[in-house]
Amino acid sequence: MADVIEVGAARGDAPPPAATAARRGASARRTGRATPYLFLAPYLVLFGVFGLLPIILGLWLSVHQWDFQLPNRPFVGLDNYKELFSSDSAVYGDWWESIRATAIFTVLSVPLLVVVPLGLALLLNRSFPGRTFFRAIYFAPYVLGVAVIGLLWRFLLDANLGLVNRLLGAVGLPSDTPWVTNMPWAWISLVGVTVWWTSGFNAVIYLAGLQDISPELYEAARMDGASAWQRFRNVTLPGLRPVLLFVITTTVLASANMFGQSFLITQGTPGTETRTVVWFIVEEGLRNNNAGRAAAMSIVFALLLAVVSIANFRLFRYRED
Amino acid sequence: MTTPTPTANGSGSGLRRVGLYAILVALTLVFLVPLVWMVITSLKTYTAAQQIPPTWLPNPLSGYGYEQILNNSANPVLRWFLNSMVAATLHSLLVLVTASMAAYSLARLRFRGRGVTFALIVGTLFIPPTSLIIPNFLIVDQLNWIDTLAVVVVPGAASAFGVFFLRQFFLSLPNELEEAATLDGANQWQIFYKVVLPLSKPALATLAVLSFLTNWNDFLWPIFVLFSPEKLTLPPGLGLLQGSYVTDYPVIMAGAVLASLPVLILFVLAQRHIIQGVSRSGLKG
Repeated sequence: MADVIEVGAARGDAPPPAATAARRGASARRTGRATPYLFLAPYLVLFGVFGLLPIILGLWLSVHQWDFQLPNRPFVGLDNYKELFSSDSAVYGDWWESIRATAIFTVLSVPLLVVVPLGLALLLNRSFPGRTFFRAIYFAPYVLGVAVIGLLWRFLLDANLGLVNRLLGAVGLPSDTPWVTNMPWAWISLVGVTVWWTSGFNAVIYLAGLQDISPELYEAARMDGASAWQRFRNVTLPGLRPVLLFVITTTVLASANMFGQSFLITQGTPGTETRTVVWFIVEEGLRNNNAGRAAAMSIVFALLLAVVSIANFRLFRYRED
Repeated sequence: MTTPTPTANGSGSGLRRVGLYAILVALTLVFLVPLVWMVITSLKTYTAAQQIPPTWLPNPLSGYGYEQILNNSANPVLRWFLNSMVAATLHSLLVLVTASMAAYSLARLRFRGRGVTFALIVGTLFIPPTSLIIPNFLIVDQLNWIDTLAVVVVPGAASAFGVFFLRQFFLSLPNELEEAATLDGANQWQIFYKVVLPLSKPALATLAVLSFLTNWNDFLWPIFVLFSPEKLTLPPGLGLLQGSYVTDYPVIMAGAVLASLPVLILFVLAQRHIIQGVSRSGLKG
């Protein structure tokens, strides 16, 4: 309450409101010392406990042998990290298999998730009646959770009862593809489902980017006699560069964190070939009681992703010049 | 944001327009048929769903799938539905309250440590949340929150995105409004509550809807922190359902439909907000 009086007094002989804009920082903001912190407090409590503490705890766990069932959690230094990189450790094979699975999925899905939504966005950027409707339809699958998507596609891709094989059979194509149990079909399925599920999301981001490109640029290009392809290459793509960077970075992160699709659709099969890093980490930490080792894996994984993101930024910066 | 866009290409001749709609309709089928098939199957009998070739229309139309999941004490789907509803609602309220207050402070107030605090919050945006899942598990275990409502409501609410998103919006509000309110003798709480929040309804609605969707759909976290059948939310519950009905697709699809309905309805109602929120988070992020 003291704040109000103080501010009121300061304002008592102030010029009319319209003229005070320049002075706003000096007076209106200099209110009670505690107020800003009180506004922040509820969030900072949450953030401290579930945002910052896990980072510190994760680092601490990763240098201990932490078993939920054992009373002692001895310090082991970098042992948890070392065993991830030494081929004679028990965890080495499975760990790198999960890295490999994640890498395969990311490398296969990212290009499609960058290009297909761009196509959708270019299509939806034309003006025609019903544009908003189609935009909503293509986005709709994204609002469903991975649990629903997983069950639905497990059913659609079922080799015998699934709609996919039935439809393929109806048009004279092979109708017995083992979509979720054999290679390379399992990867094709996981990538295909993910493209179907999330393309609308990236398309919306592209659309917003396309709307920020000045129409005059297109006019000028057309005056110069540029073809549709030339306009795309020289106006659209450069205009979308920041959006592309965002889309690629977030898509790489999302793909690298894939878990639900393979957990529910291929269930890791064949063998454990489609078991991803995130799946392996939670299994190691929460099912096999190896929280220390799992924490070390999380950190190695997060660092790997950081390297990929930085490389991505570098690449785009470089191209910009 | 919603102004009609100048198009890169002219609308073209009639023939081109037919071609455009042909592509649009084909894509619509690709995106919709799987969802329609989910609903169709949920309305079939067990035998009808096993039929090869499958029939498009559920004949006979059957409530079998829904009866099975609604009258099943081993898999209390209705209970999961309520749990999800309560969790997602409380979660998005918690996000709205904490993030809006923090964002207001960071956008419109001056104080020592503001830059550092904001940098710290934004910095965590770059850490993949899945890499914190093991320590987060230990923390909720210490709090004795495992298998409670709190475990699916609270931890995810420490959303850096929410703070960032609202701060951007608050920064865009004109300063004159606060000044007029200050002249009227309003303090910061009153300005926040009576001036800034009402003006921010679109942004708050967007964040509320996005938080609700995220929480409703969360799968990875609940499958590890919820155990008792009566405590589950829908996503881990659906996994259990699939386990107990293996190939009884009408039942499984009925569960999937129940899990989809609220978010699809929410999407239809708040479509503009959701799509704008997504595009804004991409561009100004």
